[in-house]
Amino acid sequence: MQASTPSTPIYGVMAEFRSADALLEAGGRAYREGYRVLDAFSPIPIHGMAEAIGQADKKVQRAVLAGGLAGMAGGFGLCTWTSTTEGIGGIMSGYALNVGGRPLLSWPAFIVPTFETTILFAAITAVVSMIAFNGLPLPYHPVFNVERFRDHASQDGFFLCIEAADPKFDAEGTRAFLQGLGAREVNDVAH
Amino acid sequence: MTRHNVSPYATVMDDSQLTGRPIVLAGAGPYGGDLEIDEPLVTGGKKWTDVDRDICMHAEQFPTKKWWIAFSVALTGLGVLVFALITLFYSGMGILGVNHPVGWGSFIINFVFWIGIGHAGTLISAVLFLFRQQWRTGINRAAEAMTLFAVACAGIFPVIHLGRPWFAYWLVPYPNARGPLWVNFNSPLAWDIFAISTYGLVSLVFWYIGLLPDLATMRDRATHPWRKAIYNAMSFGWNGSSRAWRHYESAYMVLAALATPLVFSVHTIVSFDFATSVMPGWHTTIFPPYFVIGAIFSGFAMVITLMTFMRGYFGMKNYITLNHMESMAKILMLTGMLVGFAYSTEFFMAWYSGSEWEGFVFKNRAFGPYGWAYAIMFTCNAIIPQVFWFKSMRRNTLVLFIVSILVNVGMWFERYVIVVTSLHRDFLPSSWGMYALTAWDYAFLIGSFGLFFTLFLLFVRFLPVVAISEVKGVMDPKVARSIPPRASAAPQEA
Repeated sequence: MQASTPSTPIYGVMAEFRSADALLEAGGRAYREGYRVLDAFSPIPIHGMAEAIGQADKKVQRAVLAGGLAGMAGGFGLCTWTSTTEGIGGIMSGYALNVGGRPLLSWPAFIVPTFETTILFAAITAVVSMIAFNGLPLPYHPVFNVERFRDHASQDGFFLCIEAADPKFDAEGTRAFLQGLGAREVNDVAH
Repeated sequence: MTRHNVSPYATVMDDSQLTGRPIVLAGAGPYGGDLEIDEPLVTGGKKWTDVDRDICMHAEQFPTKKWWIAFSVALTGLGVLVFALITLFYSGMGILGVNHPVGWGSFIINFVFWIGIGHAGTLISAVLFLFRQQWRTGINRAAEAMTLFAVACAGIFPVIHLGRPWFAYWLVPYPNARGPLWVNFNSPLAWDIFAISTYGLVSLVFWYIGLLPDLATMRDRATHPWRKAIYNAMSFGWNGSSRAWRHYESAYMVLAALATPLVFSVHTIVSFDFATSVMPGWHTTIFPPYFVIGAIFSGFAMVITLMTFMRGYFGMKNYITLNHMESMAKILMLTGMLVGFAYSTEFFMAWYSGSEWEGFVFKNRAFGPYGWAYAIMFTCNAIIPQVFWFKSMRRNTLVLFIVSILVNVGMWFERYVIVVTSLHRDFLPSSWGMYALTAWDYAFLIGSFGLFFTLFLLFVRFLPVVAISEVKGVMDPKVARSIPPRASAAPQEA
């Protein structure tokens, strides 16, 4: 989120479109026009939208892979460490249990806890990374200052917001550009 | 089948116009031939704003009389559970029917029963999501909630079955000052802790991230400032930006992919509690798949039971249509046949193994003193669902409702048969005995239903019961979207 500065009296300019296709088209045009700091808002996910405005990334997937591997290493490590060693003493001691001379490293049995910790860590990472990469929780966001957005963005409206932080942003020109894309309505977004 | 010239989606008003068969559009195919399309998933010519209203309505107005009646019944059941728990903690395990030789009684039966019910939610939201079954959108939210509440009910039983539930935290592996004493990672009971807690947590986060966009919808519809603030906090300030959707969809897809093996693993691990023992009738390799299929079977039956209520009492017939019910009936019949196949395989293996003990257990299971329980199980699970070979039965909500109840009766008895019949005939005839439920066993069973329905009714009261953003995504935009152009801001051509 951009901090309010005197040079940008408004947060950005927002246009509303009639359909998901129109928004996708408009977003792609704006991106090709050279706008980079922009965001599209819709009540349902639109396939290809993030790619159209240059937001495509695989950050969540990478985080999940790392989380899953950490869970796998952690789960198997916990089983192995506590079952095969005496640990490092104190409350960090292990609990190697000799059952009739059977191997201490009974790894087939460890697969089950390892599998579960892998899934658990990966799933928690997926959620936490999704929330973190989205900058949530977000108690305030300037886009909600637009009345039309408040009433429709999560229900049946499709919006494109070009932020004032964009180097190419120019209030008049951007407003006219968005009008030219066939917007239903164009509004300034207050900070 | 009638052929249509234009898509009749906008004119399908209710279940009576659905046939469960494809709609044929004349000449709409790529080379001018006929095109078959699925019937609409949402009936009633709904627009997106209608969806918001219909679904949020139950959380936005004061509850109806029907809700209060249902809630007071459920709350009474919960009261029974609380009373039974207090009595159990005060008097000890002696109030229950468990005794030598049947040391695993109704608590283990109820535990396996509820965990099984909990399987359908994640199956619907994860497996059907990966298979692109769009009809899941109407039922996934409620089914996931059902999963959570079923897991909550299931979780109670093994903990109180410990006998000294105040030491339950000893089951969690962490560095401790008791030696330290670590759990035995070779023990299926320790695996259970991992499996159930992972399943509960993953189901919870999966359900909650699905809720985020819908909570934002509820926030934007709210008029009271407190209500708005609460739903805003619950939705984490979701604003539906494409960046947010991008990460949301990635996370949702990944969670579905992770939950799919998880859902199959949970009941597999529960079955290890039995299969890794050396009891005849338990020590079989068929147990993992047999338990998983049984779990899906009973879970879908419970979903059908709940969806019947949601259609009837909460007016969700436009979102949970007869086509949805029919799809679930098909799954119920398929899994019912698989369960029946597993029952038969067990008998074959008991004979083919040549093991005297195994053979005795199975003869005793079907024709011994608990033969009546076996008969209930076999009839309800393997025979009754066969009515769904007939389309008219699959589309008859009364039949669906009755069969769904009977299936869960049968599935409770399946666990009864498994737990009790293997234990009541010990290896030495001098150790034989019988098992009977006491009034307290019944109180815990009834009470767990009370807890389940109390939680479910609170869910229906406060949260969107259908996944709004997902349902919107499967509606035909031509029907569901029509925003009138604004006169003052006529579009200009660039």
